[in-house]
Amino acid sequence: MAIVGESGCGKSVTALSIMRLLGKNSRIDHGNIVLDGTNLLELNEKQMQEIRGNRISMIFQEPMTSLNPVFTIGYQMIEAIQLHTDQDKKQASASAIEMLKKVGLPRPERIMKDYPFALSGGMRQRVMIAMALACKPKVLIADEPTTALDVTVQAQIIRLMKELCAEVGTAIILITHDLGVVAEIADRVLVMYAGQVVEETDVFTLFDRPGHPYTQGLLRSVLHLDADKDARLVSIPGSVPTMYQSLKGCRFHNRCSYATEHCLSHPPTLEATQQGHWTRCWEVEAAASSERQSGGGVSS
Amino acid sequence: MLNYVIRRILIAIPVLFGVTIINFIIMRMAPGSPIDMLVSPKLPAAAIEAKKVELGLNSPVYVQYYHWLKNLVLHGDLGYSMITYESVTKMIWSHMGPTVLLMGTSLILGVAIAIPLGVLSATRQYSKLDYTAMTGSFLGISVPSFFLGLGLIYIFSLQLHWLPSSGMTVLGGSGGVVDVLRHMILPVIVLTASVAGRNVRYVRSSMLEIMGQEYLRTARAKGLREFLVVNRHAMRNALIPIVTVLGMEIPILFGGAVVIEQIFSWPGIGQLTLSSIMSRDYSTIMGLNLVAAFVVILANLLTDVLYALVDPRIKYSYQGAAKS
Ligand SMILES: Nc1ncnc2c1ncn2[C@@H]1O[C@H](COP(=O)(O)OP(=O)(O)OP(=O)(O)O)[C@@H](O)[C@H]1O
Ligand code: SF4
Ligand SMILES: [Mg+2]
Repeated sequence: MAIVGESGCGKSVTALSIMRLLGKNSRIDHGNIVLDGTNLLELNEKQMQEIRGNRISMIFQEPMTSLNPVFTIGYQMIEAIQLHTDQDKKQASASAIEMLKKVGLPRPERIMKDYPFALSGGMRQRVMIAMALACKPKVLIADEPTTALDVTVQAQIIRLMKELCAEVGTAIILITHDLGVVAEIADRVLVMYAGQVVEETDVFTLFDRPGHPYTQGLLRSVLHLDADKDARLVSIPGSVPTMYQSLKGCRFHNRCSYATEHCLSHPPTLEATQQGHWTRCWEVEAAASSERQSGGGVSS
Repeated sequence: MLNYVIRRILIAIPVLFGVTIINFIIMRMAPGSPIDMLVSPKLPAAAIEAKKVELGLNSPVYVQYYHWLKNLVLHGDLGYSMITYESVTKMIWSHMGPTVLLMGTSLILGVAIAIPLGVLSATRQYSKLDYTAMTGSFLGISVPSFFLGLGLIYIFSLQLHWLPSSGMTVLGGSGGVVDVLRHMILPVIVLTASVAGRNVRYVRSSMLEIMGQEYLRTARAKGLREFLVVNRHAMRNALIPIVTVLGMEIPILFGGAVVIEQIFSWPGIGQLTLSSIMSRDYSTIMGLNLVAAFVVILANLLTDVLYALVDPRIKYSYQGAAKS
């Protein structure tokens, strides 16, 4: 599952909500977060600690600051493992080395004794992945895990996550800006805009028949190798509104070319347009047909 | 690390040398001399002259300094007091104990209060506890210690008669542990208040800065209890800047000893310093000066070593430097 959407649309907030790690200044207003039939919002803090790092793990955007600078990698790995298993120090250390090996780090025994400052960004992100997967979680939330890394490393990390998760049996929620990555590893895609899900569908439908005007715009703004050389890169005019609550109608209306009077005052709901395809838009029909006329979606 | 410590100690030698020279010069430029204390001005000039020769004060300043230094380096001897004729080394040693006892207790207590209180204040920013701690700290910093000391003496010694107002033991008493403890209470309160007051704020702001760090989110995402997130992951990082300030406390306390020991007639280094300055006891002042410089240098060194202990990045840079 991938979550896409432009900067500031609430992707990280969604991820942190699932972990119930939002700060003191925020709260989850309504809705449910369900994992294997348990509503996480009904758990107390102690039960939630049992879930974190054990059944849901998370990797963050910024590998340079995500590891504690004053503890060794080994210490931080062992701590994570011992929190959720009853292995003693030695066993935990062996499991940690095992995991570091799996994420492709050279000389894992040495790295166990290293402090984070001795590792590069890519290596740290591998350590984060190793740590996150150490307890074989059900779900791994990766919040833009490669944004801060250089391009060659990005591809390696994404592939590594995909392989390891398949091996351990972990579902990935990948938050990203990169539609190329989405095309490569996602099964289902959730498109977010201004704090809301505006479209949810499988990856093929997304690229072939995007329903929401925002998704269409997002896809059109991607540069293609096979594009004419005089084709222009399209951008969606305007930017994400900041004060979500003050908006009455559709949150996208100020940037939408299909917007009607109705959109201005009535917030659309997320409706199933087809089997497994939800869209939050009053004018799905119009948008979809015009999209088809203009040459359809983007093949990838 | 060891290399680094040795290097630092070697660097300290010329510093100590410089400090003593400067002190020697300043002392001689100050008006008055030990002669004024020892000899009645009514005596004939010849008698005064004889006393001067006896104390070696008639030769030029640099010759005197040379003699002093030679004695120190060759014999490890700081000479004799010009007033009491006691050995300076012995005097300093006997006054050192009470000062270390007083300062050490206050430093430990002050830190033991400042760290937990600062951490609590930071984790509950803008709570009642935070405001109370910050007000207390503000008072601790801004109320001068002589004022607090006199206030405490007034209340607990003069009005309530609970605690002794001065000295370290009851005159002619047994000098047992309880006796000393009773005498320590008031001066320790005064010193602890200022140590805690200065440092609570520091711990708080240092913790607040750390509390926003992303690695704490990682620790929480692992499923770590909030208590450990704060007291293990955040604290270890906050400790880095805190250690630096704590190292500075030692010289501050040492300097403050002069005032506190005077108020409470505590028989320590501070009192010895003041009385030897009053009587222009050159040789004792020089000895005390050397000790003070030594304490400052040692405190700095201690800070650096602690710094390296709590911050692995520093430790590695030392090792790197030692290798190259
Ligand atoms: N559901 C929501 N309710 C209220 N405010 C929200 C919601 N979602 C997001 N926000 C606000 O939007 C801000 C940005 O959200 P967030 O950090 O999740 O964006 P992002 O999509 O992760 O952006 P980036 O791609 O830059 O990481 C948040 O700080 C928050 O104030
Ligand atoms: S509801 Fe209206 S404004 Fe919103 S996306 Fe659909 S057409 Fe555009
Ligand atoms: Mg984000």
